[in-house]
Amino acid sequence: MRLPLLIGSFLFCLSTALAQRSGNPYSWMEGNPLATIKAGDLEIPVVDFEGLKPLLGQKDDTVRVVNFWATWCAPCIAELPFFEEAARRYSQDGVVVILVSLDFKSMWDQRLPSFIRKKGIESPVVILDDPDQNSWIPEVDPDWSGAIPATLIYRGTQSQFYETAFDRESLKTAIETFIH
Amino acid sequence: MNTVRLPFLALVLSFFVTGVCQAQGYQVGDVAADFDLPSVDGKTVSLSDYPESKGFILVFTCNTCPYAKAYESRIMGLDKKYASLGYPVIAINPNNPELQPGDSFEKMKERAEDRGYTFPYLLDLGQEVFPKYGATRTPHVFILQRSEGDLRVRYIGTIDDNYQDAAAVRTRYVEQAVDALLKGDEVPLETTRAIGCSIKA
Repeated sequence: MRLPLLIGSFLFCLSTALAQRSGNPYSWMEGNPLATIKAGDLEIPVVDFEGLKPLLGQKDDTVRVVNFWATWCAPCIAELPFFEEAARRYSQDGVVVILVSLDFKSMWDQRLPSFIRKKGIESPVVILDDPDQNSWIPEVDPDWSGAIPATLIYRGTQSQFYETAFDRESLKTAIETFIH
Repeated sequence: MNTVRLPFLALVLSFFVTGVCQAQGYQVGDVAADFDLPSVDGKTVSLSDYPESKGFILVFTCNTCPYAKAYESRIMGLDKKYASLGYPVIAINPNNPELQPGDSFEKMKERAEDRGYTFPYLLDLGQEVFPKYGATRTPHVFILQRSEGDLRVRYIGTIDDNYQDAAAVRTRYVEQAVDALLKGDEVPLETTRAIGCSIKA
């Protein structure tokens, strides 16, 4: 009698968990992106800061690791593997990594998608295209001077901003502060 | 337990991750220190070499950063416009060439010559100048004004509000600041932010 119920609830939990993991990584978006870069099976949305804003203030219990980077930024590329690793390691702990690309327009069609493919990047990438940077940088964090790499980690109202590059250990420590 | 500790932990962590690495640098109003750095023309350059200037447009920039490249011709334009008005451009490459070979002194010379820089292009040899100023990225502009024998920082930030398209710029922050200083007015916007390449140190 109880077994089907148990199996049923197990399946339900499993499917919810799976839906969260393999679900739409851009579900935080409130409107349509300004554009979508399509390259093979890759689809990278382009947003301005208004479009990105919801990503920085999701109210659920997920730990969001929002990394600002670009393919031309050497220290960004050096730390990317640690973000990918962390996304896998902490996926069961409700941690999600989102990579916000600040690549220039001229790099969207070729350079960025081929970089993502070559490096096997699995975390969702969104392109932020908003040249009036002085207006939005302080909204991400009042102390951000604008140098990249930069990373915002938050969960609900708890948040921490890092205008610095991470190594494996420091990123682990930073993320684990948010897991409880 | 965790909920009580978290803010504290975050604070400690943030100190270690960001606090230690970030020099505070200058705020608007501070007196700027002079320096003595090698320039691409083979001389060394100090601010004291320009006793007649009313101030300086000091730009931390480099060969390799895409933002620095996007702004290069605008930086050259600033020198053309303001050097004769008493605010010459002094460009400083803050990157460690060992970490960024494209920013070596040789490559700096090539670029300055190739582009026809009309201003000194200095290497922050030893990397002591950029932390003193508090530059964090390229390009990063500091406008200095001579005031009662000192050079005071009057503006810190970016050149204008559109790196992509010089024609679509609405506010030229640096020009607006220097124009105000030349008229004896307050600088309307003293600090601005922009995305840039972190300094390779």
